[in-house]
Amino acid sequence: MIYSDLKTLSRALHEKRISSVELARLFLDRVTRLNPELNAFITVDEEKTIAAAKAADQRLAAGSAGMLTGIPLAEKDLFCAEGWLTTCGSKMLQNFVSPYDAAVVTKLEREAGMVSLGKVNMDEFAMGSSNETSWFGAVKNPWDKTCVPGGSSGGSAAAVAAYLAPVATGTDSGGSIRQPAAFCGLSGIKPTYGIVSRYGMVAFASSLDQGGVIAHSAEDCALVLSAMAGFDERDSTSLERPAEDYSRLLGQPLDGLKIGLPKEFFGEGANAEVVSAVLLVVEEYKRLGAKIVDVALPNSHLSVPVYYVIAPAEASSNLSRFDGLRYGYRAPDCNDLSEAYTKSRAEGFGAEVKRRIMIGTYVLSHGYYDAYYLKAQRVRRLIADDFRKAFRECDVILGPTSPTTAFNIGERTSDLVALYLSDIYTIAVNLAGLPGLSIPSGFDGQGLPIGLQLIGNYFDEARLLNVAHLYQQATDWHTRRPQGF
Amino acid sequence: MSLTLLEIEHIARLARLEITPAEVETACWQLNGIFSLIEALQAVDTAGIEPKTHVHDAWQRLRADEVTYRDEDGAVRDLLQSIAPDAENGLYLVPKVIE
Repeated sequence: MIYSDLKTLSRALHEKRISSVELARLFLDRVTRLNPELNAFITVDEEKTIAAAKAADQRLAAGSAGMLTGIPLAEKDLFCAEGWLTTCGSKMLQNFVSPYDAAVVTKLEREAGMVSLGKVNMDEFAMGSSNETSWFGAVKNPWDKTCVPGGSSGGSAAAVAAYLAPVATGTDSGGSIRQPAAFCGLSGIKPTYGIVSRYGMVAFASSLDQGGVIAHSAEDCALVLSAMAGFDERDSTSLERPAEDYSRLLGQPLDGLKIGLPKEFFGEGANAEVVSAVLLVVEEYKRLGAKIVDVALPNSHLSVPVYYVIAPAEASSNLSRFDGLRYGYRAPDCNDLSEAYTKSRAEGFGAEVKRRIMIGTYVLSHGYYDAYYLKAQRVRRLIADDFRKAFRECDVILGPTSPTTAFNIGERTSDLVALYLSDIYTIAVNLAGLPGLSIPSGFDGQGLPIGLQLIGNYFDEARLLNVAHLYQQATDWHTRRPQGF
Repeated sequence: MSLTLLEIEHIARLARLEITPAEVETACWQLNGIFSLIEALQAVDTAGIEPKTHVHDAWQRLRADEVTYRDEDGAVRDLLQSIAPDAENGLYLVPKVIE
């Protein structure tokens, strides 16, 4: 049962072959037994999980259950969930018990009836690409415990890869769903900006942050995304669009689908094993009936510099709310109010968060705003326009998710620029606000998963998920399991 | 461009972050490393290009400026203050503000 896809779990629950409580216990037992090896979970609350599973069982008995009712999930620890510790991977929020639910939690747990197994680890305030910046410690990659799982949704990816949860929520501002999905051999989707409500999702970079799903297959992603997305008036950037069934196109033939290959994504920065695995996928898509075209994203090399202006600028503004007064950490023994601010923030935030707050403060400060912040926003438009032009030539864009496979824990902590460049193929997608997903597409010589990225046009999630699904129907990378899990 | 130690101290002050002299030095070379990456932007010709402030170039959706909830019995206030570092009788307690 542990290794089943969501449809199989749903059928078993509806046919009463297993109860939601039994299913939750199966996964909770694995969390208890295996999480110490991985550090994927920050908070587990068996009582709450079992109570939610009992409620799901009642819905199943009463015939008011939906497709996802009773299925367990892991929640990234930046989604506020009432009564749950919501830490954001930070000392600043290590005692923060949320008084309310995020929209994603309302939709998935309260409405769809999914059962939270707990809150999973992440880079502090989602700032990181390796899950090493968490106050609660690094997360280990189930495929090789000396490697990072990617980040910032590293706990989500490690939990799903190790079958501690069948599916997890994540967020992605620059690659934080797709890169950990790639590093852990999983499928992960970041939808179009604005379709998943950000209400109750602790803000990092508001114009980039978007909730999404990490699961084993594109089909599982589609099922959960359908329950997760939708207009929410409490998020001012939520788009007023009708609800969608993102699984509706699954199984349809490719029929001359045009796949664009951007040469910029296959350049010198990309590892040779990654490139050759991705090119093998291209051959598979040709067999499935796709046409391959070359496209250009000439400004994509500027996406990392643009991101490291815009994201810190927005973060420095968003994180000004942490003042040590209303909630969160307050430093002891402060002599005056000013010290309460500066000490609480200095002690409550970790090094990477402080770096980004400082970068953001600088680029927004008097005299530098035009040269950095406005400049970055102008280049952001150039990057988005590249995609607009590329989508005149093709239906989806294909390339590697990350230039390399998972790297060693500690390997890039002193070389920040090298760490930042691991998101070089994913960041442009956030800057444009497009949907992107990563699916497993092979292994390197060390047995580490290789991720393939598919980028779609705005609101084209259903087709994107089908393109990924057809590949997964023809291959079995997404069903491989790491040893010991 | 290269940030100086004095500028780092100034930025930390603006960001309300206490910073030790050793941290100023570390931050200085780290931030300069990151800015050397960011400098690539300066070479791009962006004349006539509008800044992109929103993915869908949309306007901010605003709600009517009306009171939609009154916390008559203070229940919500009490709930929110129950997670404050220091609160009493409906008030947030802070260290002294003026001498």
